[in-house]
Amino acid sequence: MKAVLKRYRAFIITVIAMSLLTVFSRDTGVKAFGVALSSFKEMIFVIPPVFVLLGLLDVWVPREIMIKYMGEGSGLKGVALAIILGSAAAGPLYGAFPISAVFMKKGVKFTNILIFIGAWSTTKIPMFLFEMSALGSKFALTRLAVDIPGIIIIALILSKLISKDEVKMIYYNAETNAK
Amino acid sequence: MSNYILYGVTLILLIVSFIKDRNKTKTALMKAWKSFENILPQFLVVLLLVGLMLAVLNPQLISRIIGADSGWPGVILSGLVGAITLIPGFVAFPLAAMLLNGGAGYMQIGAFVSSLMMVGVVTMPVEIKYFGRKLTIMRNLLAFLFSFVVAFVIRLAVG
Repeated sequence: MKAVLKRYRAFIITVIAMSLLTVFSRDTGVKAFGVALSSFKEMIFVIPPVFVLLGLLDVWVPREIMIKYMGEGSGLKGVALAIILGSAAAGPLYGAFPISAVFMKKGVKFTNILIFIGAWSTTKIPMFLFEMSALGSKFALTRLAVDIPGIIIIALILSKLISKDEVKMIYYNAETNAK
Repeated sequence: MSNYILYGVTLILLIVSFIKDRNKTKTALMKAWKSFENILPQFLVVLLLVGLMLAVLNPQLISRIIGADSGWPGVILSGLVGAITLIPGFVAFPLAAMLLNGGAGYMQIGAFVSSLMMVGVVTMPVEIKYFGRKLTIMRNLLAFLFSFVVAFVIRLAVG
């Protein structure tokens, strides 16, 4: 019970803070809770398949295969796969983080994980089609053309900025969390 | 639409997995549940923050910020609005198209769309849980700066 309370401490504090806000500014508070509730419904709809896929990936795909295709020394093949997997995704960016944790467990190279996150955030295929129809193909294609090198460059800069020990900690953390 | 594909693919894989090995499938589902339960507290905080952000920054206010201003201050504001809001794509793109028709520049829209997708201030609690504070802050910061590169190129190519 105590452990549960501790884990949900931030949530409880936020609820209390937003309730206080509702006392002072009724409209804003009610609206905030309303949007939160509808986002919760959306999350309940998107999240189950993402986590089931993550479970299946964890159980069925052997570490050796993931290392071979996306691990250290996977080269351009690993980069391309990271972009393709990220782009084929559906759902909001927060879905990509738990999948990254499984990738870490399976020995995927750190830059490839960062590229995967980048691709998931911005070059998703379903979103791209939607963007083309809403903002025109010139806009969407230009953005895609800038985004692909951009994602790779950001991943490379990040992996340069962070030390080997810090990367090790992140991987260790993923392994203990996903057990 | 993409949700249905996601559900379809997941269901097919789950059935194949179940036929091939019942126990492994059970383990997979257990792992799925555990990973979900593990991140649930952070998810709930994010949902509340999303609610708060959208209650304050509604589409009318966004269109006032992005539509009225021009030049770099407007672009930076658009990037900031994109960074702190979390709007699903099927709402964001029509909104962006509407803003364009309402007189917003391509550069503003480029910065808004780009930072909206790549930068997630409200989802940071979830990201920190997996990647740690330092990397999360650096990734979001770089993505934010990158949004202006995207905005600039879009102005050259489209605007």
